[in-house]
Amino acid sequence: MRLQYSPNIRIVEMPCSGTIDHRVILQAFEDGADGVFVAGCLEGDCHFQRGNLRAKKRVQAVKKLLDEIGLGGERLEMYNLSSAMGPRFAEIANEMTERIRQLGPSPLRKEGGAA
Amino acid sequence: MIVAQQKNIKDIAEMVADAQKVLLAGCAGCVTVCLAGGEKETEVLAAALRIMRKLQGNPLETVTYVATRQCDPEYIEAMDGLVKDVDAVISLACGVGVQYLAERFKDKWVVPALDTKFVGGAVKHGVWEERCGLCGDCVLHRTGGICPIIRCSKSILNGPCGGSQNGKCEISKDVDCAWQLIYDRMKALGKLDKLMEIQMPKDWSKARDGGPRRAIREDVIIG
Ligand code: SF4
Ligand code: SF4
Repeated sequence: MRLQYSPNIRIVEMPCSGTIDHRVILQAFEDGADGVFVAGCLEGDCHFQRGNLRAKKRVQAVKKLLDEIGLGGERLEMYNLSSAMGPRFAEIANEMTERIRQLGPSPLRKEGGAA
Repeated sequence: MIVAQQKNIKDIAEMVADAQKVLLAGCAGCVTVCLAGGEKETEVLAAALRIMRKLQGNPLETVTYVATRQCDPEYIEAMDGLVKDVDAVISLACGVGVQYLAERFKDKWVVPALDTKFVGGAVKHGVWEERCGLCGDCVLHRTGGICPIIRCSKSILNGPCGGSQNGKCEISKDVDCAWQLIYDRMKALGKLDKLMEIQMPKDWSKARDGGPRRAIREDVIIG
């Protein structure tokens, strides 16, 4: 299956969404990302049982922190989908890209553009 | 252990508003265990402060370090080199650690990132509870291992009071009545007779009421 999704997305592979750490997300923003989305497995389907639920809690915490520090929590989102859901991935990628386009480039970067 | 929680990040940023470069000092002791000031929290706070300051057009440089303990002089000596070229130090230790840093680094602006809450332990992952009021004269042998000083809202020594309802304290339906717990445990141990002994008023001069305290072990002091 060949699917098109926004070419501006950079994928960082993690062994499980449960390994996502506040620091990794913040680093992505410091390195110039305009937005970040965490793609975890469907709830109830985690190979490590509750990794995706942990990821969800951490993403919520970082969203709150981003609001507090002025970058805006809406630049970060968590989605749940299985690795067999290619079309859904493309849809999410485009949906998130559209959201970030509307928000504009990250104020942490001088010039505009997507990351 | 000592249980602490991070202050609001805006308040922390405000404390170091004048600084261009700060050292964030974590502690590998109690505050690592209660997830308030260990390596991860130190790095997250550093990143958050950098982002915040960059957005304000006034970038902040950060250095991080995690001491084995901030409440022992030998572990904070190792920070001498790092402290030299920063404008301020943010300590993520309990109030003891902050004071030790302020004492050692006399010409530096040292500020607390945490609010030191109480002495207690974890009841489940992410939830900590107060267990000891540091009274200086432990009575747990008389109360079945349950502290009436800190777990009874009135700190009474001959409980329960009239506010004990269905095992809960009158202050909240979420707070167990310590004296109900004490009674149940003593009963299970077959030691209810011990509860018949009236406890005399406590000597509070051994607690904080007697002024700042000091503990001494003569046999280990040399010179
Ligand atoms: S400085 Fe405070 S938090 Fe760190 S080990 Fe000592 S008592 Fe615990
Ligand atoms: S009786 Fe005093 S020392 Fe013992 S646990 Fe309670 S407050 Fe702490």
